Amino acid sequence: MKILVCIKQIPDTTDIKWTENNTIQREGLESVINPYDIFAIQEALNIKKILRSAQNDDMKNTEITAISMGPLQAQDILKKAIAMGCDNAVLLSDKKFSGADTYATAKTISSAIKTNFPDFDLIFCGQFAIDGDTAQTGPGIASFLNIPQVTFVKNIKKYEENSLYAVRELEDGFETVKVEFPALICVLKGDYEPVRPTIQGTIKAQNTKIRILGVDDIGLTSDDVGIKGSPTYVSKAFRPEHNRGECSYCSDIDELANKIKEYINE
Amino acid sequence: MSNISGTSPQPSPTSGEGVKNVLIYAEVTPDNYVHTVTFELANKALELAGKFDNAQISALLICKNGLAEKYKEAFINSGFDKVYVAENDRFTHYSTELFAKTAIDILNEVKPDIFLIGATIQGRDLAPRISTSLHTGLTADCTRLDINEKGQLAATRPTFGGQLMATILCKKLPQMATVRPKVFKPLPQNVVKNTEFIYFEPKINDIRRKVEFVEFEKYIQSSINELDSAEIIVAGGKGMKNEAGFLLLKKLASVLKGTVGASRGAVEIGLAPQDIQIGQTGKTVSPKLYIACGISGAIQHLVGIEGANRIIAVNTDPNAPIFDNCDCGIVGDAFEVIPKLTEKFK
Repeated sequence: MKILVCIKQIPDTTDIKWTENNTIQREGLESVINPYDIFAIQEALNIKKILRSAQNDDMKNTEITAISMGPLQAQDILKKAIAMGCDNAVLLSDKKFSGADTYATAKTISSAIKTNFPDFDLIFCGQFAIDGDTAQTGPGIASFLNIPQVTFVKNIKKYEENSLYAVRELEDGFETVKVEFPALICVLKGDYEPVRPTIQGTIKAQNTKIRILGVDDIGLTSDDVGIKGSPTYVSKAFRPEHNRGECSYCSDIDELANKIKEYINE
Repeated sequence: MSNISGTSPQPSPTSGEGVKNVLIYAEVTPDNYVHTVTFELANKALELAGKFDNAQISALLICKNGLAEKYKEAFINSGFDKVYVAENDRFTHYSTELFAKTAIDILNEVKPDIFLIGATIQGRDLAPRISTSLHTGLTADCTRLDINEKGQLAATRPTFGGQLMATILCKKLPQMATVRPKVFKPLPQNVVKNTEFIYFEPKINDIRRKVEFVEFEKYIQSSINELDSAEIIVAGGKGMKNEAGFLLLKKLASVLKGTVGASRGAVEIGLAPQDIQIGQTGKTVSPKLYIACGISGAIQHLVGIEGANRIIAVNTDPNAPIFDNCDCGIVGDAFEVIPKLTEKFK
């Protein structure tokens, strides 16, 4: 079985610094794997472990490939994915990819999959990336590949030869669905211990040269990708402002209690 | 392989004619209600379209046979000019494959300038599938929608964990955006229209679903709904230190007939469950009164409470950012202030 895991390198958003022009200071920002993508890796490793005892040889020999799109520096997170137990990794990196919105990103990743990994069975993605928080790239990839998607997956109950049972966490309950392969699954945090890189994995990662694919390697042109291939664009970016006026301070509890009464009766 | 078809890119939305047709996705919940976010979007759409003569507001309703009739009044009272209805018993449970195919077929005929969807779980599953197939753009989780001087939809959303706001434009039609429930207010009063209901025959007979519904297990008790409808929320942050601190908040919430919420900081250190988390990565709330106790007021938290009518802050740190974003505040220890307040309201 061939499993792909899409992972994203994100800046550590808890440590944002601002420039004088109110833009984000990107230099020196620590980069990490998006936490939800770690859950995706976990789910892929989980299925691989389960399938070791399968009867079928193809299922027994499950192979996990981690895919990322980003600057060359994103090789680091792919090495980390290998250290955690992924078998291979490939980085989509090309100056022409920069400035891509979710549509262009999904197109780029799905084209790389069509041209380089056409015989995949399953794709795992994190439900959100915590920097952009759009939750759109996964369904976008599924759409371009014309395969079914299952989003907001809390856990996977059962694997069968050509399908799986996924439990989705919805607003008011859990929905179980059965999906046929090939399919794309977007995962939330499941109920399991987090995976950590192993020593063997870390050594393997050090010795692995990450394959890098550019626009010419995935059957697209520069018009299809990056800012040119994106239907949306940022017209302006600014720091959030909150216009609630001046805070009126209370000096004691009575005053505060009166304010509460006043606000409740407004 | 799939039954979802796309179309070639449509022209750019800069014809100068402005907005002619805003379409809103009317989500049907598992309990067979039209989701309230539908009417919040209608309110916003009426405001945006009001700037243009003859602009129309329509809804797209996909549901099982016979349901549309039940919803008629709600649409007539909410300012909709038209409702496009596709009914079929295969729509009893939401299905990405069947709903996306039907929505795309209808969008290809209706050709709206703007298509708005609630950023619910269903909306976030469906919207990117539709926008990708139509080769157009989609802006997720917007907190503000405007029409700019060129007549384009200017969709503003928080990004970088809420630390930056970005206004996003789209070069293609329809210009699509999702908005979370409670970000916009519902219509303050009925806007009655002579609504036309147009029935579409869904072309789904040949589709063999690859994702099959197996079962649905409703949560036994959900505090999520409590936060959604609460008039008063007493919320705690890391400053509430321990479970005893949260118990104090519960007591105050109880005498005020409100409910308890928490910041991410409090959830991360295990003071409160994830499902009452408020903010960028949690719930967006809009109560009448929000009392923030021991919450510093990080921007990620503030974006979730922007819709609150009044905010009161209780914090020991006079420099906490929450004091720049509240109506009223007291510099003091919540462990002293809250029990005294609770006494006053008993």
